[in-house]
Amino acid sequence: MSHLLEVKNLEVRFALRFGDLTAIDGVSFTLDKGERLGLVGESGAGKSVTGFAIINLISKPGYISRGHILFDGENLAELPGEKMRDIRGNRISMIFQDPMMTLNPVLTIGTQMCETLMAHRNISRKQAEAVALEKLRKVYISSPEQRLSQYPHEFSGGMRQRIVIAIALLTDPALIIADEPTTALDVTIQAEIMDLLLELCASEDMGLILITHDLGVVSRVTEKIAVMYAGKIVESGPTENIITDPLHPYTKGLIRALPDPERRGQGERLQQIPGTMPTLTALPRGCSFHPRCEIKGGICEKEIPESRAVKGQKREVACHMAENPSPPPVYEREGA
Amino acid sequence: MFAFSIKRISQALFVMLIISFIGFSIRQQIGDPVRDLVGIRVSVEEREILRDKLGLNDPFAVQYIRFLGNALKGDLGHSFFFKKPTLEVILSKAPATLELVFVSSLLIIFMSIPLGIFAAIRPRHWFSRFSMGASIVGVSIPVFLTAILLIYIFSVELQWLPSYGRGETVNIGGWQSGLLTWDGLQHLILPSIALSSIMLPLFIRLIRSEMMEVLQSEYIKFAWAKGLRRRRIWFIHAFKNTLLPVITVGGVQLGILIAYTILTETVFQWQGMGFMFLEAVERSDTSLLVAYMVVVGALFVVVNTIVDLIYGLVNPMVRVTGRK
Ligand SMILES: Nc1ncnc2c1ncn2[C@@H]1O[C@H](COP(=O)(O)OP(=O)(O)OP(=O)(O)O)[C@@H](O)[C@H]1O
Ligand SMILES: [Mg+2]
Repeated sequence: MSHLLEVKNLEVRFALRFGDLTAIDGVSFTLDKGERLGLVGESGAGKSVTGFAIINLISKPGYISRGHILFDGENLAELPGEKMRDIRGNRISMIFQDPMMTLNPVLTIGTQMCETLMAHRNISRKQAEAVALEKLRKVYISSPEQRLSQYPHEFSGGMRQRIVIAIALLTDPALIIADEPTTALDVTIQAEIMDLLLELCASEDMGLILITHDLGVVSRVTEKIAVMYAGKIVESGPTENIITDPLHPYTKGLIRALPDPERRGQGERLQQIPGTMPTLTALPRGCSFHPRCEIKGGICEKEIPESRAVKGQKREVACHMAENPSPPPVYEREGA
Repeated sequence: MFAFSIKRISQALFVMLIISFIGFSIRQQIGDPVRDLVGIRVSVEEREILRDKLGLNDPFAVQYIRFLGNALKGDLGHSFFFKKPTLEVILSKAPATLELVFVSSLLIIFMSIPLGIFAAIRPRHWFSRFSMGASIVGVSIPVFLTAILLIYIFSVELQWLPSYGRGETVNIGGWQSGLLTWDGLQHLILPSIALSSIMLPLFIRLIRSEMMEVLQSEYIKFAWAKGLRRRRIWFIHAFKNTLLPVITVGGVQLGILIAYTILTETVFQWQGMGFMFLEAVERSDTSLLVAYMVVVGALFVVVNTIVDLIYGLVNPMVRVTGRK
C-alpha cells in the first residue's frame, strides 16, 4: 500500500545575504492514512520549517532545494500554485501554536470559517455556515449559532484553539499538521485540547503530524516519532520503542529530561542535556550532536552519520556509536 | 459604542476649552477691541471710559468666562476690517476651504490606498521602487513650490487649466459651491493637487509599512495555510487590519491639511479661510485671527472625533468595550 505522505530527502534552504543556510537537511519520513507522527526536537531544530514545507508555504527567503513530498500521488514540492492552494486548508490543514495570534482580529468567526470552505468548495455562505456549525459542535463549542457572529477577542485561548481546530476540520482533511498546538495554552487546558485532537483524528481517520518539543505529549498521542536535531532526523520509529528504548544519545537525553509522573514532587532533579544546539551557520564537522554527546568517538568528529535501520525493528537511527541492541532504558515508563 | 462616543465627545469639548483659552489669551495680549470699535482718533480718557463700560478692565477670569459665554452663543467678536461679526466672515469663506480640503482628501485616499497596497505586496517591483522614491521627493518639496510648478506647467505653458480663483460657483442655501459647475471643478484641480502633494507621499508610505507589517503576522500565515485566494488575503485579511493604524494617524494628518490651506489658497488666490487668514494678519485684525483659530480648532477636533468613531466601527474590540 502506498503511503498517504512520503517525504523523501527533503532539503530546505534560506537564501540569506551571506549565502544559503540549510535549515532542513535530507529529512525523510512516511505517514499512512490515519497515522499519527510526532516530530520532536529542540527549538530551532527545523520542525516548523518541515511542517510548512509540506504545504509548500515556507516564508520568503526559504525554498525547497531538494527532495519530494509525495501526497496522494502528487509531488507537493513541485505542484503549481493554484493546485497547491487547493490542497492547503482542504486536503491538508494546519493548526498553529498561538491561538491568540492565529485568528484575524477584525473578522468574525463565521467569516473565517466560511471563507475556508468557500475557497475550496462551490457552496453558498448558508451551506458553509451549516458545515461550520457542525464542526464547532464537534470541538464542543457551546451555542455555536451565536459564536459565528463573534470576534476572536471574545473567546479565551482554549476556546480559540478549539475554533482553529474546527477550521482545520471543515474540509475533512486527510492530514492535519499541528505545530505546537498547546504550547501557548494554560497547563490546565493543554491536556484537554490534546485529547480533543486525538479523539478527532481517531474518529475521522485523519493523519496527524504533531510538532512539539514535549516527548511526554507525543508518547501519549502518536504512534510514531521522529526526533529532529539541527535540521536532520536523528532517530525515528514506533513511539513505544523510542520511549522505552532510545538509541540515539540525543533522544536518551530528551527522555531523561522528562519529569517522571511517579517521582514528581519528591525533589528529584530533571537531567538536562548539557550545552545548546549549534546554530545552523556554525555546524560542527561530522555529527552535529557530537559536542554535546556523552558517547562520542573519533569518527563522530569527522563523518556525518547516515541514517541506518535497526535490526529487527521498524526504526532508524543516525548515530555512529549507538549500540544495538541498546542498554536498558534509564527508567521504566508505563503505558507509552 | 455609546460609552465610547460619550468619552470621545467629552474629550473633544475639553480640547475646545483649551483652544478657546489660548485664543482668548492671545487677544488679551495683542488685540485692542477699543481701537477695533472706534479707531485711533478718540482721546485716551474717552477710550478708558469705554474700556470700563465694555468690561475690559475686569479681572482676566471674568472676561474669559464672558468670552466663553459669547462664544457658545456664536459670538466670536467683531472684525474691524469687515465691520461684521467674525463668525459671519469666516462662515462665508468656509465653503471654499472645505471643498478644497474635501477634494484633496479624496485624492489622497483614492491614490494612496492602491499605491500603498501595491508597494506592500510587491516591494521589489520597479513600480513600487519608483513610487517609494517619488514619495520621498514629494514630501520634501514645499507646497508653494509644487503649486507654482503646477501653475507654470498646466496654466502658463499648456494652458489647460485656470491658475487662480474658484471660477463659477452655485449658491445652495448659503453655501457657495464650486463642485457643481464644470468651470468650478476645473478651478479645483490644481489647488487640490497642490494641497494633497504633501500628504499623499506620507499616506502611501504609511499604508505600505503598516500593510507589510500585517502581512508578516501569524493570522496572515494562517490565512495562506487555509488555502484562501491571495486577493482575499490581501484585500480583506491584510487591508482591514492595515486600516486601523492608518485611520488613527491618517485622521490627524487630514486635519493638518486645513493648516496647509493657508499656503495653497494664497498661491491660487483661493477665496477661502486660509486666504482670509493671511489678509487678517496683514491688517492686524486680531478678533478675526482669534476667531479663525477657534473655528479651525473646532474643525480639527470634529475631524478627529469623526475619525475615532470610524475607527470604532472598523475595530471590533472598541465596539465591545462600548457594549459592556
Ligand atoms: N525566515 C527565516 N529566515 C532565515 N532562517 C530561518 C527562517 N525561518 C527559519 N529559519 C531557520 O530554520 C531553523 C529552524 O526553524 P524552525 O522554525 O523550523 O524551528 P523549530 O524546530 O520549529 O523551533 P521552535 O521549537 O522554536 O518552533 C531556524 O533555526 C532558523 O535558523
Ligand atoms: Mg516551531
